Amino acid sequence: MEIDPFIFRLSIFILSIFVGYYVVWSVTPSLHTPLMSVTNAISSVIIVGAIIAALASDEGSIFTSSTFFGYLAITLAAVNIFGGFLVTQRMLAMYKKKKRDKK
Amino acid sequence: MISANLSAIFYLISGVLFILALRGLSSPETSRQGNFYGIIGMVIAITVTFLSVGNFSSGFVYVMIFLCVGGVIGAFIAFKIPMTAMPELVAGFHSLVGLAAVFVAISAFINPEAFNLGYPGEIKLASLIEMSIGAAVGAITFSGSIIAFLKLQGIMSGAPITFKGQHLLNALILISIVILTYFLCTSQNSNLFWILIGISFLIGFLLIIPIGGADMPVVISMLNSYSGWAAAGIGFTLENTALIITGALVGSSGAILSYIMCKGMNRSFFNVILGGFGATDQSSKDKNKEQKPVKSGNADDAAFLMKNASSVIIVPGYGMAVAQAQHALREMVDTLKKNGIKVSYAIHPVAGRMPGHMNVLLAEANVPYDEVFELEEINNDFANADVAFVIGANDVTNPVAKTDPQSPIYGMPVLDVEKCKSVLFVKRSLSPGYAGIDNDLFYKENTLMLFADAKKMTEDITKNL
Repeated sequence: MEIDPFIFRLSIFILSIFVGYYVVWSVTPSLHTPLMSVTNAISSVIIVGAIIAALASDEGSIFTSSTFFGYLAITLAAVNIFGGFLVTQRMLAMYKKKKRDKK
Repeated sequence: MISANLSAIFYLISGVLFILALRGLSSPETSRQGNFYGIIGMVIAITVTFLSVGNFSSGFVYVMIFLCVGGVIGAFIAFKIPMTAMPELVAGFHSLVGLAAVFVAISAFINPEAFNLGYPGEIKLASLIEMSIGAAVGAITFSGSIIAFLKLQGIMSGAPITFKGQHLLNALILISIVILTYFLCTSQNSNLFWILIGISFLIGFLLIIPIGGADMPVVISMLNSYSGWAAAGIGFTLENTALIITGALVGSSGAILSYIMCKGMNRSFFNVILGGFGATDQSSKDKNKEQKPVKSGNADDAAFLMKNASSVIIVPGYGMAVAQAQHALREMVDTLKKNGIKVSYAIHPVAGRMPGHMNVLLAEANVPYDEVFELEEINNDFANADVAFVIGANDVTNPVAKTDPQSPIYGMPVLDVEKCKSVLFVKRSLSPGYAGIDNDLFYKENTLMLFADAKKMTEDITKNL
């Protein structure tokens, strides 16, 4: 008997929840804000769906109703990807250790 | 064109890189590297998608254009946004993820062939269910985040909006979403799909309006979690491992943050979600509103007290963010340190409007992170400290939470500020905090109230030191 590929995806999903659970508990509380902005950025990997939708046009017709939604989704996700990673970078750059030399 | 198996492996790699991105955040030293892994993961996922579709016609050019437009807007926002506006920014970004999920679900519904899901009107049942879940959760995330954004931005009042029959209405809408999904799957009727999205927008809106401003840490974390589940739903539809892994990671991350925030307020998740907190009956407030004596002082008194102290603990709160006082505060602390006074910072888990809000602001003001402590780490030190400097915090210091079982915040973990030899309270007025209850600390003998704008007061103290 063959196993439905859905079951494989479900397994990945459930195991990832557990991975997420343990990884996030180990995040230090002072970095919870960067955690939120970086999860924001990575959840925009939904852009892959948007790209598939946008490039699915048949010959000639670049803007059909389905590609149109794809383009919109690409723009939104791109705002999030660039915005999310850059703002995280900016925040993390501020976390410094105490300087040895006291001025 | 690359094979489906090869691209699946690359999606798996980018999923693993996203896990490493979160793993990096376990300490500030590894965090930047973690963020870098995240970026690589994203680049891999996008590149592989282009290669697997293999369509480099004029459509590709448009994709790049839209990608760049979005990217430039995102980069611009990321560089311009002040650190105090981080909660609004995160709420705004959540709404974009939600809306993107809705759009992807819509285009998959209109053109299922592109995703190998069947044909319009004959979409595979499992895909249709996944699609509906992704679209509904995405829509809830979108409208909920918009409300959270408006409340945080102050465009909409932070006060909870409640009306009679609210919970019943919400429950009915949620049930109707389930029923609609069922009929959508049996009939494949596109009208039902649009209605489903419409009422999901509505429920997102209705779920967030009754939740007050200071509960925003929970709301933002919750919406963070929702955006993850929406992404996972779409991931199942598209049979994409990277999306499924990421969705699960983000979903559980947001859920854990919500849990931590609820615990910081000693409230159950449902209590927060049902909302209305802080709008409690006015009568009980007026009842004990007899005038109690308060000692108030000026910057000079505060400077005198601190100069003669040997250790000072700073307790920042949302008021510091509002007044943008973090830089002035750090200057004050620098002056104190020059005088040989030991200074540390105590941060309550729910201080501010989002998890870790205060830490980011202090980091922005160049406060070294090893001087900043969490509640459990520092709470015992208050008894040995000379001065507690409370700037813009209120409810999180209220000793009532430990003493009065009648109080709405009873049981909430609070900072033991009252154990300090003396307490300085920077506040604009005597008004009660968000929970609508008086803070006993104001009337304690060893408390000195400093009525002023947080930034101005800190600057004045620095001058007087």
